[in-house]
Amino acid sequence: MSAGLKRRFVDQIKVMFGSDPAKPTKELIAPQAQVIHQYKKGNRDLIAEKLHARAHAEHKNIWRNRRWATLIFANLLFVVSFYFDIQILEGALTASRFIGFHLIDLNSALQVMLAHKHIITNLLIGTGTVLVLWILLGGRSFCSWVCPYHLLAEWAEKIHLWLVQKKLVTDAPVDRRLRTVFWVIFALLAVLTGYTVFESISPTGILSRAMIYGSGLLAMLWVLALLVFEVFFVRRAWCRYACPIGLTYGVVGIISPLRIKYTLDGCFHEGDCRKVCLVPHVLDTVIKGRAVDTEVPIGPDCTRCGLCVDTCPTGSLKFDVKGLAKLV
Amino acid sequence: MSEEEENVGSGKTAGKPPVSKERAQQARRRFLRTALLTGGVLGAALSGYLPIAYAQKKRLRPPGALDEKDFLSSCIKCGQCVQVCPVFAIKLADLSDGFGVGVPYIDAREQACDFSCDAVQCILACPTGSLTYIKPDFLPVRPGARMADKPILLAKENDPEPTLNLAERIGVARLTRPESCLAIQGKGFKGQARGPDYDGELRYMSVDRWKPIKVADHPYDVELCDLCVQACPIKNAISIETVFAPDGTQRKSPVVHEPCVGCGVCEMICPTEPASIEIIPGEGWRA
Repeated sequence: MSAGLKRRFVDQIKVMFGSDPAKPTKELIAPQAQVIHQYKKGNRDLIAEKLHARAHAEHKNIWRNRRWATLIFANLLFVVSFYFDIQILEGALTASRFIGFHLIDLNSALQVMLAHKHIITNLLIGTGTVLVLWILLGGRSFCSWVCPYHLLAEWAEKIHLWLVQKKLVTDAPVDRRLRTVFWVIFALLAVLTGYTVFESISPTGILSRAMIYGSGLLAMLWVLALLVFEVFFVRRAWCRYACPIGLTYGVVGIISPLRIKYTLDGCFHEGDCRKVCLVPHVLDTVIKGRAVDTEVPIGPDCTRCGLCVDTCPTGSLKFDVKGLAKLV
Repeated sequence: MSEEEENVGSGKTAGKPPVSKERAQQARRRFLRTALLTGGVLGAALSGYLPIAYAQKKRLRPPGALDEKDFLSSCIKCGQCVQVCPVFAIKLADLSDGFGVGVPYIDAREQACDFSCDAVQCILACPTGSLTYIKPDFLPVRPGARMADKPILLAKENDPEPTLNLAERIGVARLTRPESCLAIQGKGFKGQARGPDYDGELRYMSVDRWKPIKVADHPYDVELCDLCVQACPIKNAISIETVFAPDGTQRKSPVVHEPCVGCGVCEMICPTEPASIEIIPGEGWRA
């Protein structure tokens, strides 16, 4: 790994906790990448090529459709397991059993451990299983591929963006460090009060239980309030600036081999990917002149949702498993 | 296309004051929004304490539940206990329970736990030890909560292992409205205990050892009402005894004994409205 990529690896962890991405100094950019940057700078023909590619770019929804199907399937599996008593995936997203194996959501487990201060074996086993699972699967991929609130928020986001386009509302960003602050506050609240305070407002748990057990209709009003807030005020407010589950899985994703990989060569730096991204700060590397190497892995805050992969007209953003190319 | 956008939302350039008036205003607005979101989320989260503080009535928790505070902290709100219960006695609370949202409870009058599963399956299903056979040593035991002996399940009385693996009771039955109790009035009962529209189920050993049936499908006809005694799934937990009323007259009355685990079947089956006998959740046994 080049010095630039090393620096970026650390920098992207800081970015996940809320700092702004740093612009790499020239010394940190690998020579091959510098050549490409230099070439693009001096080559006006690229614009014509860009327009051409854009005209021919088909709008794909491949990854989005796969992801939505997975998300709906996973949540339906919970529902039908109980409804038809087929016992494949029993429980809810906070904790469940997949054909008998304990699975426990990392953030829920953390809340319970901090609040109750006593850990039984099953809790540990379930947490360990899920930890390994999401290390393999990409950490925050939990958010975009499983969390039911993510899907609703995605639809709310579409309405929000339509309203922005109609100039009926404005995009209003919030300080990203807030999510880290919330994570710490909710952890402290669990320790100090002895209640799993975050669980009482977690839309992930509320939605999961509502779907499976039909319980918590009042709690659904809170979820609705969040969605309304996101439609009219702050784009993707909960997932971006509040949810500690996302940060927990983000930390897991630091060491995950599954991520999106950026290839500098063909990129036109149009920034379409950053517009559809839930966490555009992870895509700072696609900005002209920023890539520190010819190939740059995207950081841990990325939810591996694949919207950028679908959007990129040049195929510069792709799913990648670290080390897989060497193995095959 | 929008490279210039990348610095929006980063008005906090280290230490330096924002350059233009516009930038300053942007930063201020963003700070206000951040404060608003912080306040809103924390306010919503902490308001969950209110229902706990002002709870009028304690919830009856499933068998093997830790004491209320520990129960709320250790429960992961997954509902696996709900899924294994053969009579669907366990429900999950709503946001009106505050921090107790998603936490299981039993509305005994609606559907009590009659141990149709034979083995307290909900305890087995619990992944965090909120429902537990063996309470960890560092947790205190409520006075009177510990059972003198393991309760004998009548349905299993003739099995090699007739007891339920239950060390503590979840409550105690109490004749809260003796004035309305049919037995005390010397009255019998004929018909469906809870009327034709009642959905609750119980396991009747005389009907089917393995399958609970609707209470509405099992009408009673007794000279002196003893439905609570008949329905009680635990051996020696309740019986009809002769008692002396304050005026010195002899009456028959249901009397609760030490083996009562607080399951709530008596409250469920009681044909008077409201029930004459009720479970006091979390209550210990007092001789």
